[in-house]
Amino acid sequence: MSKILVVTPVESDGTLPQAAGEALGAAITLKEMLEAELCIGIWGQDVDMAIENLGTDAVSSGFKVEGEAFTVSRYASDAAACEAICRQAKADIVITPDSVRTNRTIAGVAFRLNGVSDTHITEFKIENGDLVVSRWHYRQRILAHLKRSQRPWFISIESGVFIPPQGDSKVPSTEALSVDVNDALTRTTVKGIETPAGDEQTIRPDAELLFVAGAGWTKKQPDGEVKAAQAADIILEFLKESKSSLGSTKSLVDLSSEGAAVLPFMTQLNQVGQTGSTPRHDKGLATCCHGEEPHVVGWRFVNERRVINLDPNCGWAHGKADVLYVADAFTVMQKVNELLGNQ
Amino acid sequence: MTNLNVVVCAGIVPDPLQTLDPVQTGEKPGLRNEMMLPHVLDPWAGHALYEAAELVKETGGKLYVVSIGPKAKLQQVMMTIAQKVPFQLIAADAAAGGFSDSKQIAVQLAELVKQIDGLDLSNTLLFGGWESASRGAGTTLQMVGEILGVTDQFQGVDKISLNDDGSFKVLERIEGGKHLHSSCSGAPAVLGWATGYLPEPPNNPQIGMTNMRTIMPALQQAKPADLENPELTFTAVELPKQKRDTKIVKDISADEIAQEIIDWIKSK
Ligand SMILES: Cc1cc2nc3c(=O)[nH]c(=O)nc-3n(C[C@H](O)[C@H](O)[C@H](O)COP(=O)(O)OP(=O)(O)OC[C@H]3O[C@@H](n4cnc5c(N)ncnc54)[C@H](O)[C@@H]3O)c2cc1C
Repeated sequence: MSKILVVTPVESDGTLPQAAGEALGAAITLKEMLEAELCIGIWGQDVDMAIENLGTDAVSSGFKVEGEAFTVSRYASDAAACEAICRQAKADIVITPDSVRTNRTIAGVAFRLNGVSDTHITEFKIENGDLVVSRWHYRQRILAHLKRSQRPWFISIESGVFIPPQGDSKVPSTEALSVDVNDALTRTTVKGIETPAGDEQTIRPDAELLFVAGAGWTKKQPDGEVKAAQAADIILEFLKESKSSLGSTKSLVDLSSEGAAVLPFMTQLNQVGQTGSTPRHDKGLATCCHGEEPHVVGWRFVNERRVINLDPNCGWAHGKADVLYVADAFTVMQKVNELLGNQ
Repeated sequence: MTNLNVVVCAGIVPDPLQTLDPVQTGEKPGLRNEMMLPHVLDPWAGHALYEAAELVKETGGKLYVVSIGPKAKLQQVMMTIAQKVPFQLIAADAAAGGFSDSKQIAVQLAELVKQIDGLDLSNTLLFGGWESASRGAGTTLQMVGEILGVTDQFQGVDKISLNDDGSFKVLERIEGGKHLHSSCSGAPAVLGWATGYLPEPPNNPQIGMTNMRTIMPALQQAKPADLENPELTFTAVELPKQKRDTKIVKDISADEIAQEIIDWIKSK
């Protein structure tokens, strides 16, 4: 019988991260498909609360590594904890959550166990008795379905695809493992988290709406004027009223670093696309953005897409958006802000 | 730290403005007319290279680029990259692409790093892009680090600042547009770069000429690398099916558009 292991660190408050819940949801689906046994491995300062609140009774056993050294997001200690759990669990499939912390670690751990790893998996299926997984290649441009005969197979799932279990929790019997915290594990010290200076946080992964601003906001307008300051006001006002997450095109971000007329709050972290992020939102509104392929590949996980552009023939017009409003974004977004403000 | 070296692992990818069409080539999928597509240095690896060049200016160490790709394509890309910053190339010839297994690539990259004459790993940082524009897996550098015994690793790096004692500060991208700030006691370490903060350096023909004197022989000497993995099977590769029926709305007033947008935002 196949054995599936879900591995994850806990949050600093001892709870299970949202992404880990999704990984557990994925593993439960897979357990049913493969009629497999399911176990869980968790590391962190104190993991009992997480183990007691899995939201499922499908997990038959657990493993934990606890200690102060395992609280922070650091490759050496994360890899050591994860390795110890994987060696003890002896699973043939290891499911990991889509978090920066675990994605930074699992390929290294898989390598230590002479296994293989695949990240950003969006689907599982069984074909001719084999497990086949799906993932995007070439930055969301080509969808591939693949299978492997090598085990253990570490599979990091893409966020937003699987649902965390929400049933009654049955606490699995859990084995505590000890990991030697030697100097090699602590050459790196985590100092803290830095948030962007100045304005309020504009990137909100949980927002329903992604609002993308393109370089057009800072370009010469049909009346011959550049209106970057006005653009900044309109965009910030909209973000405040709509609670949406702010995305950008590469051109607009690059302008900022070149010192041209820019939006002061826009950083490279806002960039969506080939060399930016691929955020996940229900809806997306693109403004003054041309919709070139290297940008639009970052919209793969944005379901409904609307666009405001002066150019009826912009990239979005060609099957990339649901609705293209051929209009001036300055005028329309000002009206939108007025309507939002009145509500 | 003086003489700190940087090795940048950098692949090449088709220019993102090109149309990509998957085809089955023998056992493994590939891209239609792959060898005809113009290629570029993998963008995030490019950022790693420019950051590395600045760093070795500071330390007085050497900059190496390790790359696996089809020789002809590597040569085409190197003609451009060589003009940007001074480096020494170590290359292997293989049909590496988005459907090659990152483990095979990592094993071969680590081999190339080991072959660098006189390289002292304990005084070296290993750089690369945190994800490629082809596989986008973020796994290769982790394994290169593991093979070479380097277990201080950082991914999605936007900044490194060196201290006089050889320790350094790193900023890594984390969820929600924030950075994780860590401090590492020194080399060796693996840094998978995101965008960093440096612009692409302008072309400098002088640097180009000096670089090409060593790059051409390195390309000629590039040995074939074995990337076969019989344990990996692609059962299908496809373009996204869904192409949207774009509704183009012209000739209605800004007020009406604004109201439509509000209704849409509020709808469940
Ligand atoms: C290696 C590589 C990687 C890349 N990676 C990315 C990436 O990750 N993300 C990304 O975004 N791009 C990326 N690009 C760049 C991409 O190809 C485009 O150049 C970029 O997305 C264009 O940005 P833009 O649409 O903001 O600007 P532009 O192309 O300048 O478009 C501006 C648009 O604004 C419209 N406009 C102007 N004024 C108004 C107005 N008042 N009202 C309404 N509309 C108006 C114009 O009609 C135009 O369509 C990459 C390119 C390369 C080569």
